[in-house]
Amino acid sequence: MAQTTADTQAKATRRDPRRLARLILPYAALILLTLVFVAPLLWMVSTSLKPNFQTTQFPPSWIPKTFSGEGYSTIFTTSTQTPVLQWFVNSMVAATANALLILITASMAAYALARMSFRGKRIMFALIVATLFIPQFVFLIGNYLIVDIFGWLDTLLAVIVPGAAGAFGVFFLRQFFLSLPPELEEAALIDGANRFQIFTRIILPLSKAPLATLAVLSFLVNWNDFLWPVYVLFSPQNLTLPPGLSILQGAYNTNYTVIMAGGVIASIPVLILYIFAQKYIIQGVSRSGLKG
Amino acid sequence: MTMQTGARPDVQPAGKPSPSGGRKPTDAGRLTPYLFMAPYLVLFITFIAIPAVYGIWISLHNYDYLLPGKPWVGLGNYVDLFTPGTSTSGPFWQSMEATGKFTLYSVPLLIVIPLLVALILNRKFPGQAFFRAVYFAPYVLGVAVIGILWRYILDPNVGLLNYYLGLLGIEQIPWITALPWAWVSLVGVTVWWTLGFNAVIYLAGLQDIDPALYDAAKVDGANRWQRFLNVTMPGLRPVLLFVVTVTILASANMFGQAYIITQGAPGEETTTAIMYIAETGLRQFNMGVAAAMSYVLALALLLISVVNFAVFRNRED
Repeated sequence: MAQTTADTQAKATRRDPRRLARLILPYAALILLTLVFVAPLLWMVSTSLKPNFQTTQFPPSWIPKTFSGEGYSTIFTTSTQTPVLQWFVNSMVAATANALLILITASMAAYALARMSFRGKRIMFALIVATLFIPQFVFLIGNYLIVDIFGWLDTLLAVIVPGAAGAFGVFFLRQFFLSLPPELEEAALIDGANRFQIFTRIILPLSKAPLATLAVLSFLVNWNDFLWPVYVLFSPQNLTLPPGLSILQGAYNTNYTVIMAGGVIASIPVLILYIFAQKYIIQGVSRSGLKG
Repeated sequence: MTMQTGARPDVQPAGKPSPSGGRKPTDAGRLTPYLFMAPYLVLFITFIAIPAVYGIWISLHNYDYLLPGKPWVGLGNYVDLFTPGTSTSGPFWQSMEATGKFTLYSVPLLIVIPLLVALILNRKFPGQAFFRAVYFAPYVLGVAVIGILWRYILDPNVGLLNYYLGLLGIEQIPWITALPWAWVSLVGVTVWWTLGFNAVIYLAGLQDIDPALYDAAKVDGANRWQRFLNVTMPGLRPVLLFVVTVTILASANMFGQAYIITQGAPGEETTTAIMYIAETGLRQFNMGVAAAMSYVLALALLLISVVNFAVFRNRED
């Protein structure tokens, strides 16, 4: 049946040019769009591998006429003003620590909200969810002063801890925990397991996919965060990559090889993450959505 | 909502000794939820609840971070913002105008183009996952990388874009240094950067629509366009509301693109509200005024989302 439909469709296509166009046009649009999305990224990689004098020559060479590592070697041996490798390490530490902190605190709170009854639960949940709808900038000035009181300005703690207070993780994991069948936990409770044992031995192992989604999304958001680190980190050796790239651009001005090499270095970890954890990222975004 | 959402009596190990020993199980049971909540609540109170309230308190003072005295001014900062001719009201409203323009230009594009892309991607065809992955890719890169990359491509003299436009006989366009081009650049880059994000959300919404509805519409003789209007759009309404809300919020939060690509240029025309608030509060340390500005912006956004929800609700009736 399906076969015959396909056959008739194929025949119809051959006969009717309008139908053929209808099949081909979307593909043409998709491929054109792919070019628009891929070309700038290729240009960044290509530029980072050229000697700098080639970066402003026309016609542009998409494949470097001569390959050069000068962009990367400048970055790796660079001055005290733009220590890109240090920024890379800082970003790695901050994004990893932030993701871990979110996983631990959000999963515990989400479990309590999903499965336990206690005084104040409703009001707590309402308040937490309400903050999902408050734009981040409302907390900007207050948070800066809190972080200052703790003595965290110009330290990585400033970009690790406050960002973990967001309500998204709690909300996201609570939804998942509610969808788990309660029978397993009830059986374990009857067997004398306490809540913490149930949480670590039953709930968390059952939640690998949502935990992975939350971890990857948290890592991405922290790795890419720009506004907050621009203002709370100042010393060159304490920056993360996003504010660092902005400094690099100012310091190297028209040395596009160096600037693009910095961009490539900042992109590699997240692109690798994207390639291997794409399923989690796309699922996480399409189920819930979080944006800048 | 799932079945379990309703009030489910919490099963406690009644009568059994707690494995942790010592305390009575009921006591442990009473404390347990709070122990689970505690780590997150500490973060929530310290970095969300207190800053939100503290910010209001600061906005009522002439709060200069660098000066010892921070005198109480009541609503003075707010009054200044709404009084023409004061040192803060001019630049603030100019930055609000910039944010408003950016939102007005970018939101319609970010609602319509991703929908078109999602509609094309929603058909079953080989390579669907590949195209989706490619369009989403810029979004994982973050605004700093996107910013420095496009700053180079858009450079009027050495950028790729003007070179290729030149081949088509178009004269050099000052993408970064003159209006309206700076807006075209910022909006274009933002659409390029976040199109995939909205498309992925639309796609999930499209895939949730019951195929039987399309079949029924076909049987009734509805053509493509009618099916789109009568099946797709109603089915997509909640997703559409979400996309509109999130996109407006994101556009109103625009910071990185302007900070890196135009630096507010040509004059201060592309200095967005967030940029002005952050610079006033965290560079010039005029925190009282900056806090007041952030609440005015938040209130404006609140009004917009109320209107937005009302519009969607009316359509539903």
